[in-house]
Amino acid sequence: MNFLDFEKTIAELESKIEGLRYMEEADGINIADEISRLQNKVNKQISSIYNKLSPWQRTQVARHSDRPHCLDYINKLIEDFTPLAGDRCFGEDRAIIGGLGRFEGRSVVVIGQEKGNDTKTRLEHNFGMAKPEGYRKAIRLMEMADKFNLPVLSFVDTAGAYPGIEAEARGQAEAIAKSIETCLKIKVPLICTIIGEGGSGGAIAIATANTVLMMEHSIYSVISPEGCASILWRSADETKTAANALKITSNDLLSLKIIDEIIPEPLGGAHRDHAAAIANAGKVISKHLDELLVLEPDAIHAHRQEKFLKMTRKDTLDG
Amino acid sequence: MNWLTNFVRPKVRSLVAPKEIPDNLWVKCSSCGNMIFHRELEQNSMVCSHCGYHMRLSAKKRLDMLFDYGEYKRIELPQVKHDPIKFKDLKRYSDRLKDYRKKTKEDDAIIVAHGTLGGMPVVMAAFNFGFMGGSMGVAVGEGIVAASELAVLQEAPLIIVSSSGGARMQEGILSLMQMARTTLAVNKVKEKGLPYISVLTDPTTGGVTASFAMLGDVAIAEPECIIGFAGARVIEQTIRQTLPEGFQRAEYLLEHGMVDMVVPRKELRQTLSRVIGLLCNAKPAGDLIPLDSGKKTKADDK
Ligand SMILES: [Zn+2]
Repeated sequence: MNFLDFEKTIAELESKIEGLRYMEEADGINIADEISRLQNKVNKQISSIYNKLSPWQRTQVARHSDRPHCLDYINKLIEDFTPLAGDRCFGEDRAIIGGLGRFEGRSVVVIGQEKGNDTKTRLEHNFGMAKPEGYRKAIRLMEMADKFNLPVLSFVDTAGAYPGIEAEARGQAEAIAKSIETCLKIKVPLICTIIGEGGSGGAIAIATANTVLMMEHSIYSVISPEGCASILWRSADETKTAANALKITSNDLLSLKIIDEIIPEPLGGAHRDHAAAIANAGKVISKHLDELLVLEPDAIHAHRQEKFLKMTRKDTLDG
Repeated sequence: MNWLTNFVRPKVRSLVAPKEIPDNLWVKCSSCGNMIFHRELEQNSMVCSHCGYHMRLSAKKRLDMLFDYGEYKRIELPQVKHDPIKFKDLKRYSDRLKDYRKKTKEDDAIIVAHGTLGGMPVVMAAFNFGFMGGSMGVAVGEGIVAASELAVLQEAPLIIVSSSGGARMQEGILSLMQMARTTLAVNKVKEKGLPYISVLTDPTTGGVTASFAMLGDVAIAEPECIIGFAGARVIEQTIRQTLPEGFQRAEYLLEHGMVDMVVPRKELRQTLSRVIGLLCNAKPAGDLIPLDSGKKTKADDK
């Protein structure tokens, strides 16, 4: 487990517990009792820290390297997952995973950004930062979903679309724009879950959905706190201030009526219990999918359009 | 439901705003450094007569230049929630808004108007780069939505002239959502079979490029203007390479298949008129309305 800077007290207690596990029964101390006493203390500590995470701390949790990533969700929630590759135009971008599979027995199309878990996979997936090919693959798969009347489940976890010469040359902006356009056009349910970082245009490209869900400790933002601090404050020292000002947490977005529901994470964040976090996500996604599946294709399309049309309007924000 | 029923009928605002007179009668070209007399510059649509550099135009100047006789009706844009996330950096966003409103005498970074171009009714939206870098927040998003809905209502082509640094950070996630909302809006126009022409001017970057600006039926760029998704500095910092000559310029995008044409400002009006006329299979408008752009407008006479 990698600990974050604000988890120091948790780390100390957990290393104590770890040490006790290897100790022989000695000096009449009941090791099991001691461990359980410390475990209680740890849990209290975790809950007191995680109940009042600042936006910047949440950003760190959202980016935690041990956090479940897109492929973890796919492996746990999707049966018969069959990855599909390529944009049929230039290449295969592994920053965006896509494919067919079954969610609770029903065929679905899955699209999501994968950050990778170690150096090798991070490079393979380009740290979850997609190039135009990635978005064009997403577009192709959404169109396929539409043709075969399959719901689309998207999982967002990206710092943003990749900023590079080649990406620009091949039309990064156009690819993102078209991806948003395709999200809005399809007549099948589209449910997006932001599982970690929802970074700007690279995120909304696959998040213009009927239902947008956020994992409790995920973030969704127009710009990273670091980027915002460097532009508006001209200082990297103001990253925390920028994180506060930007309103990027799941609670903020729920109250601004940008997202539909927050998916609770286990005590101390999804990285402490992958299975529980992913199971929670599965339950909430399933509930929303059932609600959308009773609608006719035209109604599903209209639902998404009306939702975004109303979003951010004065009466929507005030109402 | 249409916003027109919710927010008054499009009101005709005064056509005659105070004229934009430069403080100095001589303007220095930021590209070649030559001094140009302001009247000459204005007659040349703010294009440097020495080097052809296209200076940025205010939204109002842009509309004056593109509509027939410089005549058009501005529409009032729906009220939006100002400073929706109570943002403050080195300065309060609400104060920033006040300052820019005072400075530009406009509510926000977009103007929407309707009138004729080459005799054909069109709806046009133009960005004001001078208003917070033309950044797109809720007000700009509503402007694009309103323009699109008006185009559908009038069964008229839509022209959007972009000049924007991208999403407005001071409105946080609400500005990001405008990428979806504006994409939705221009698609309503396209779905009706009406032309949507995107005119990209200096600069068009970030969330504006990655939404409606790249979705035109026809995309026209002004010479040498910057068009891109990521900022050049961000790219340089990420890849630690110097960027190629002409990177993200209009001509680079043309070369990479991202825009249909690069058109000098002097020919923009004729080009728009011809393209829309061709798309709609309308009669050529050339003989009916004089199309020179640098002429005196009626508004100037008042
Ligand atoms: Zn010059």
